[in-house]
Amino acid sequence: MKQKLEIKEDNAVVKARAKQKYKEGFVTDIESFTIPPGLDENTIRLISEKKDEPQWLLDYRLDAFAKWQKMTQPDWAKLNIPEIDFQAISYYSSPNANKENAPKSLDEVDPKLLETYDKLGVPLHERERLAGVAVDAVFDSVSVGTTFKAELEKAGVIFSSFSEAVHDHPELVKKYLGSVVPSSDNYFAALNAAVFSDGSFVYIPEGVRCPMELSTYFRINAINTGQFERTLIVAEAGSYVSYLEGCTAPMRDENQLHAAVVELVAMDDAKIKYSTVQNWYPGDEDGKGGIYNFVTKRGNCLGKNSKISWTQVETGSAITWKYPSCVLRGDHSSGEFYSVALTNNHQQADTGTKMIHLGKNTKSTVISKGISVGKSQNAYRGMVRVAKKADHARNFTQCDSLLIGKSCGAHTFPYTESANMTAKLEHEATTSKISEDQLNYCLQRGITEEDAISLIVDGFCKEVFKELPMEFAVEAKALLDISLEGAIG
Amino acid sequence: MLTIKDIYAKAGDKDILKGLNLEVKPGEVHAIMGPNGAGKSTLGNLLAGMPYVEPQSGSVEFLGKDLLALDPEERAAEGVFLAFQYPVEIPGVNNMYFLRTALNAQRKYRGEEPVDSAQFLRMVKQKIKAMNMRDDLLKRPVNVGFSGGEKKRNEVFQMGVLEPRLAILDETDSGLDIDALKIVADGVNQLRSADRSFIIITHYQRLLDYIEPDFVHVLADGKIVKSGSKKLALELEEQGYGWLNQ
Repeated sequence: MKQKLEIKEDNAVVKARAKQKYKEGFVTDIESFTIPPGLDENTIRLISEKKDEPQWLLDYRLDAFAKWQKMTQPDWAKLNIPEIDFQAISYYSSPNANKENAPKSLDEVDPKLLETYDKLGVPLHERERLAGVAVDAVFDSVSVGTTFKAELEKAGVIFSSFSEAVHDHPELVKKYLGSVVPSSDNYFAALNAAVFSDGSFVYIPEGVRCPMELSTYFRINAINTGQFERTLIVAEAGSYVSYLEGCTAPMRDENQLHAAVVELVAMDDAKIKYSTVQNWYPGDEDGKGGIYNFVTKRGNCLGKNSKISWTQVETGSAITWKYPSCVLRGDHSSGEFYSVALTNNHQQADTGTKMIHLGKNTKSTVISKGISVGKSQNAYRGMVRVAKKADHARNFTQCDSLLIGKSCGAHTFPYTESANMTAKLEHEATTSKISEDQLNYCLQRGITEEDAISLIVDGFCKEVFKELPMEFAVEAKALLDISLEGAIG
Repeated sequence: MLTIKDIYAKAGDKDILKGLNLEVKPGEVHAIMGPNGAGKSTLGNLLAGMPYVEPQSGSVEFLGKDLLALDPEERAAEGVFLAFQYPVEIPGVNNMYFLRTALNAQRKYRGEEPVDSAQFLRMVKQKIKAMNMRDDLLKRPVNVGFSGGEKKRNEVFQMGVLEPRLAILDETDSGLDIDALKIVADGVNQLRSADRSFIIITHYQRLLDYIEPDFVHVLADGKIVKSGSKKLALELEEQGYGWLNQ
């Protein structure tokens, strides 16, 4: 008689597959310009100079750096973060050896880079572009190309790398940079404001419905570098945009830091849908290597009846510290947060959201699905705050945790603060294990254990997956399956 | 088709089956009756390979294979189907998607081509109609929010789609009203064929009014104590199981 659950734990095939499961873990062999490790004012001046930036931006960076130096790393999250030596990191790495060689169009981009994105399933080349999705590709510290720019310009939509936007639309960048996440906001946001190198900029003019999905694909390649990108999306009155970001990195034994800032601004009746499929290298099964993903994302529902919706599928990174939030300033504005966070092996995630209700009749919805496997720790941390004047604010929060195995942990930290008697706040939380009965039921129908787990997990995440644009829902599902490999034990 | 020889098995740390023998030939319908705690469900779970039943000794041969050496999903693909007494809910998983996954997993095991979703939809619509069941069953998540009767009907429907060689019904009749019972029985009768066998575990002879068994066995204290024809079920109905203790 086979004792199935025990056999699979030591199954060599399963283990071997778990080892090679991160298929994005390759390194692109490309000549790059990387500044030496270390961080001081000169580093910041050098980055600014490399990017040929105006004085006001250098001043902004230096101011942020001064603030950062006075701050300490936050330790309130349920994370065990090894000490980070900020002097051992290189803050700028560009695949173009010098600026004169920088590609002026996608046709001039180094074939090795195009090949890299092909391999990642994000073709940038004219012929094979993703239909209906415009992509900005960020490689280490720079954007290497943005597709469908001309088509988008016809609709009046600006979609470019952050560096280009600084030169082409300084008035917009200056107006909104730091308006949602000020450089003093937190330790990692301050660091980002000081050293950010590139990212994406999106501007949707009044009344325009962006004709295609916009996306940014972040790739870390160079060794010992950090990636500090900045994304800014401004949606004018009555406009709509759906934006997606994806991210991967090579498999390395050293940890690498990724500290990004994303700011969204939605005016009257504008809607921004922001989706993330985060697949940074999570480290190996013993917890060696992987990305530290310390990200500040916040949307400002500035206008009446505006809406910002965050959807995230987080499967990667050794450590995730991330709380995409909404400030509901405009009356009748609404914020949404849909999240699937899966941790396996030694991964740690402390993620959730903040919904800050300032306007009247503001509404927020939070659906969080945490899945813990192996020896991982997965925490949901969410805050709902209702200000004094936010009459009739409503929030619904549901956070569900699913445990697979005995050595993992799931934690829920909900905070609510209400200064208004008319607010209605609902919170539901569940923790469950994949039950043996569910598993047995699937097995009896002929479904293998691995497929049964992915089927059950997929069902668990359905409410979140249905919020993703279709192509990405498929990708997210596949990613989850890969991340679950070797989950049996 | 199925030969069970002198099986001893534990469920948890209790000895439940104590020297059970049973021979099922192709096309036969065997009813297993008996008092509570006799080991009826344990027998079904043993055959399906559910991990909470541990065989201690004896053998089970199914279509020439050592059934106890196979994993549960392998047994399913070899043609063993268990209609559960308490079918579980799987939230968020569409019933039809679940069934297609199951069917294709079994086909893969047998080296057959997978069925695509269009083919599957046609097949499923046809079957559900033939079985007199409502097709909203297909769109809902597996057993979630189903009434007791709907869950049992869903089991029989799944059986119809997966077309097993040996179907074990574990108290599929319990908790059903007479209309639901007729639908379930009708579903089973449609599936009866010369090469498909059934083991029907039941408390009551009521179901056997609708599904006519070839043999009736009385299971008591872990073994079969009496076997007979359909008449035995009627006798049991009249006399109860008290005589077993005499």
